[in-house]
Amino acid sequence: MNASATPPAIELRGISKAFGPVQANRDISLSVAPGTIHGIIGENGAGKSTLMSILYGFYKADSGDILINGRKTAIPDSQAAIRAGIGMVFQHFKLVENFTVLENVVLGAEDGRLLRPSLARARRILKDLARDYGLDVDPDAVIEEIGVGMQQRVEILKALYRQAEILILDEPTGVLTPSEADQLFRILHRLKDEGKTIILITHKLREIMDATDTVSVMRRGEMTATLRTADTSPEELAELMVGRKVLLRVDKAPARPSRKVLQIENLRVADDKSVERVKGIDLDVHAGEIVGIAGVAGNGQSELLELLGGMRPGTGTVRLNGAVLPLEGAGADGQARRRAGIAHVPEDRQREGLIMEFHAWENVAFGYHHDPAYQKNRLWMDNAALRADTERKIGKFDIRPADAWLTARNFSGGNQQKIVVAREIERNPDLLLVGQPTRGVDIGAIEFIHKQIVALRDSGCAVLLVSVELEEILSLADRVVVMFDGRIMGERLPGETDERELGLLMAGVGSQAA
Amino acid sequence: MDFHTLIQILDSTIRLATPLLLACLAGLYSERAGIFDIGLEGKMLAAAFFSAALAAMTGNVWLGLLAGIAASLALSALHGLASITFRGNQLISGVAINFLAAGLTVLVAQDWFRQGGRTPALSGNGRFAPIDLPLADTLRDVPGLGPVYAELISGHSVLVYAAFLAVPATWWLLYRTRFGLRLRAVGENPAAVDTAGVSVVGLRYGAVMICGVLCGIAGAYLATALQAGFVKDMTAGRGFIALAALIFAKWRPWQAMWATLLFGFLQAVALRYQNIDIAGITIPVQVMDALPYILTVVILAGFVGKAIPPRAGGEPYVKER
Amino acid sequence: MDKMPKWADVVLIPLISLILAAILSALVILGIGEDPVAAVKLMVEGALGSTYGWGYTLYYATNFMFTGLAVAVAFHARLFNIGGEGQAMLGGLGVAVISLYVPWPHWSVALIAASAAAMLFGAAWAAIPAYLQARRGSHIVITTIMFNFIAAALLNYMLVNVMRPEGSMDPATARFPAAVHLPTLNEILAPLGIPFSKAAPANVSLLVAIGACILVWALIWRTRLGYEIRAYGHSETGARYAGISPFRITMIAMLISGALAGLMAINNVMGEAERLVLNSTEGAGFIGIAVALMGRSHPFGVFLAAILFGFLYQGGAELALWTSIPRELIVVIQALVILFTGALDNMVRMPLERLFLARSRRRRDRGEGAPLPERKPTRPGE
Repeated sequence: MNASATPPAIELRGISKAFGPVQANRDISLSVAPGTIHGIIGENGAGKSTLMSILYGFYKADSGDILINGRKTAIPDSQAAIRAGIGMVFQHFKLVENFTVLENVVLGAEDGRLLRPSLARARRILKDLARDYGLDVDPDAVIEEIGVGMQQRVEILKALYRQAEILILDEPTGVLTPSEADQLFRILHRLKDEGKTIILITHKLREIMDATDTVSVMRRGEMTATLRTADTSPEELAELMVGRKVLLRVDKAPARPSRKVLQIENLRVADDKSVERVKGIDLDVHAGEIVGIAGVAGNGQSELLELLGGMRPGTGTVRLNGAVLPLEGAGADGQARRRAGIAHVPEDRQREGLIMEFHAWENVAFGYHHDPAYQKNRLWMDNAALRADTERKIGKFDIRPADAWLTARNFSGGNQQKIVVAREIERNPDLLLVGQPTRGVDIGAIEFIHKQIVALRDSGCAVLLVSVELEEILSLADRVVVMFDGRIMGERLPGETDERELGLLMAGVGSQAA
Repeated sequence: MDFHTLIQILDSTIRLATPLLLACLAGLYSERAGIFDIGLEGKMLAAAFFSAALAAMTGNVWLGLLAGIAASLALSALHGLASITFRGNQLISGVAINFLAAGLTVLVAQDWFRQGGRTPALSGNGRFAPIDLPLADTLRDVPGLGPVYAELISGHSVLVYAAFLAVPATWWLLYRTRFGLRLRAVGENPAAVDTAGVSVVGLRYGAVMICGVLCGIAGAYLATALQAGFVKDMTAGRGFIALAALIFAKWRPWQAMWATLLFGFLQAVALRYQNIDIAGITIPVQVMDALPYILTVVILAGFVGKAIPPRAGGEPYVKER
Repeated sequence: MDKMPKWADVVLIPLISLILAAILSALVILGIGEDPVAAVKLMVEGALGSTYGWGYTLYYATNFMFTGLAVAVAFHARLFNIGGEGQAMLGGLGVAVISLYVPWPHWSVALIAASAAAMLFGAAWAAIPAYLQARRGSHIVITTIMFNFIAAALLNYMLVNVMRPEGSMDPATARFPAAVHLPTLNEILAPLGIPFSKAAPANVSLLVAIGACILVWALIWRTRLGYEIRAYGHSETGARYAGISPFRITMIAMLISGALAGLMAINNVMGEAERLVLNSTEGAGFIGIAVALMGRSHPFGVFLAAILFGFLYQGGAELALWTSIPRELIVVIQALVILFTGALDNMVRMPLERLFLARSRRRRDRGEGAPLPERKPTRPGE
């Protein structure tokens, strides 16, 4: 193929986009050859999704040009993007839950004003697509009754039904098991072989290395490099992503586990829709150790953490320091857990760990607002004491800006997380629950937060860590437990395993180790 | 209760159910598109006044109907502006619209007619006359079905027939057309519609405008067919009963018809009897008045089949990931 | 990132909304062929030009403080209590029962008992929608609307069939005994040597309402319960994380809200009418929505907004008396205030935010604003 004769399928020139004061994309240029898979990699918040949303007409760029097949194309809305042959699979699927697959595929791409002919034609086309690309889906299944892997297929089918030549996938494997992800990549390769151009957005180095032909790296809204995948290495990409050499290992002394702090037996937990998510697990966590739970998002880790934190009920036996914890009713709420000595850095700090509209000093009491130290008397809270405590924590944890009156919303992700971590760690808990401690947190704060967690471990606290970042688990945990479909698939020591083995366990493949 | 009385009550049920049905279908379009509308009452009221006013001034009820629809549409546009364009709180907007209509109708009525906030009584072409269906008189004396046809089915104004025809029309539009598919989708997940390249704003405005037209007809029916002119606050909570019926019907057209007929029947009974004796227990008329609301609360409570509203209902659409 | 200084949010936005509402109202007055300047003059004179006018202004304001606080407290828990009207009606029933059927030695004791009854009845009427919301997920806006109508039917039944004195054609209770007569402002101020109109209905309930404003302020911003209510209002998942029971907060916030709405009855039923009549609330429950929105759910804001609406109501009555402008003008103004401070908030806010954004990049936040129910953030992604 002669590259100079064929114009790039997509070319971006000088794209910029700001959301209020935040510059999400700054002067970005990019060129993708037809019939290739191009990866865009970057940390959370680097501006990848914004860029692709601009390409899909979801947001309007402040400046810059988009060229499709060499022709300058205005993409003011999704309709224009579809006309230009662009299809997008969003990270959060855009499906109507109580519609059938067929209805979802047809929506917005109907033939005429009447529905029946459209549906009939779509049914035939879906059959062809299934045959051509191996995309089998029952057209009459209702979306809310099929799994996420299937739902993702529907999204791809939607794009293909609209005759997309360029397919953008935003973090497509976040909710998939490794085997589902493998299937996805097989489909993508088949699409590529048919001449489609694919843009894969991810923050997972492995996917870039395995699946793409070329790769671009984004950092803080800027495109820092575009490389041929064959010519680069994960180390180089990682460095480009974060801007300096990453510390892949956390400096820490070997763990010295002592007594059992947390004992879980046959624990079962259901989610909000009454679907059982934790299906009978047994787990011990000792004082002085960090147990990391690895797994693809949605395999019960969140529910496990939420149960232990008092956010949802369950059945089974959970002992803390030998005493049985109630798992439902009034004695099982977050207050009771805190009294029992459990601190909790939740997975979603913006929706759970903080009240974004509260001042920093109000957030420092969040969950501990019953603490006698924060009360003047039975009725009044002691706001002055709260503010003093906040000033102290701001100093100790280097929270910036150092302003107790700022609302949580006005802190960066890293500093928001520091507020949560400061609040929870300062309690000197017997058990610390940590969910996704560094999601959306800048690299400097990651190191700081990791150090704090290790320090707490060294002081004799039991730590239960949940993270979907295998790297984080491997570098922080003293013991790794893999969860799949609500069960524990196995347990490994970080020094004696690697990402490949854990990946298999996360996919539900492997021995049922004790 | 004899057969003749029953026919009369059912006849009155149909007439009283008509404005409820129109308003209920109006709410159905809006809420199915994800826009809550507690301003049905206000829109009906505005339409009632302006239809009666124009009919009184021109002597032409059709011009009145148009004026009523226009007034209702104006308030719909306001609701759309607040809840779609400016992504405001839909409930608060509905409350504001109800007050706006309650105040403005009296204010303008006083200014135009100086009759203490009412319009002059309508007569002749200023009202919608009953339509006698073919053979109504001939069949009247056939026992059983005769009176049913002649009195119950025949002899209503054109708006009554329009209202009941709107039920299958709505069903067809909702489930058999492209517009219906998109309308239902935008009330469940607007992001799906948006990414499919269809304008969420356009669809929602469309739905809100249909809602306006139907409320307009409902209001015009009140003032120019059911009664002969506008009086202050003449909707008397019908907009809320329609809302209740909508929940009762779980946002579906045929069920909306049955629900409004039920509530219309309760009104008809309350209108005819002050107190009802059933098996020696006297049921005061106030129970009849309150029954639609009580039934709705029971339905909402989920004790008799859970009413699940459209999932994106009440939430302004903001593009975000 | 915050876009505006706090003062802009608390003062500027309501002010602009108010001005917009005023301009439109003036246009409405012009539209019906009257002179808006003369109308305002007449209103000011009628409502504020005499102790008689003040007496009515403050009487209305007292009602609106109670109902405004009721809506505001619920707003802080992100609950839209549209049922203040029904709760106030039930409060009236409670006051009537206490005043009619118990012989009281002195008004002060009667006031305490009547207040308790009014709050109890109002809270009870809010309890069912609150429970259905908290346990069964029934939309509280719809259920409270329904309960307004059910309350009206109930009151109608009670007044027509049960409490109406024999021989009376009027659907109302008998006049309350003289012992439960509440001192009017005239009677309170006379010993201090301050002359005040005898005819005006403002009474000791005003002091209760002001006390309620202070208590609600303390509750929301100084107590643990207030902290929990605000936290729950901002984030339900956050509340669950912190061990704050959504059920408990929903119930408590609605019970307080209903109690405040019910408490209004000591003013209009016990203080003014001295008997329970049909439609005694005269829409005050709904005006509470406008007052709470206008006052940004802050008790001090509610206090000011209540006085503003008191002025509008008394001024509007004067207008209706002396001009051909009907009282319904006030309903229009009220609608416009709700529209601009509530539903069209973003219309005023968005341009202002852009203005402030251009001026500065970082400011201190509003910490004390209650969330509007179900309002989503207006800015997109990253």
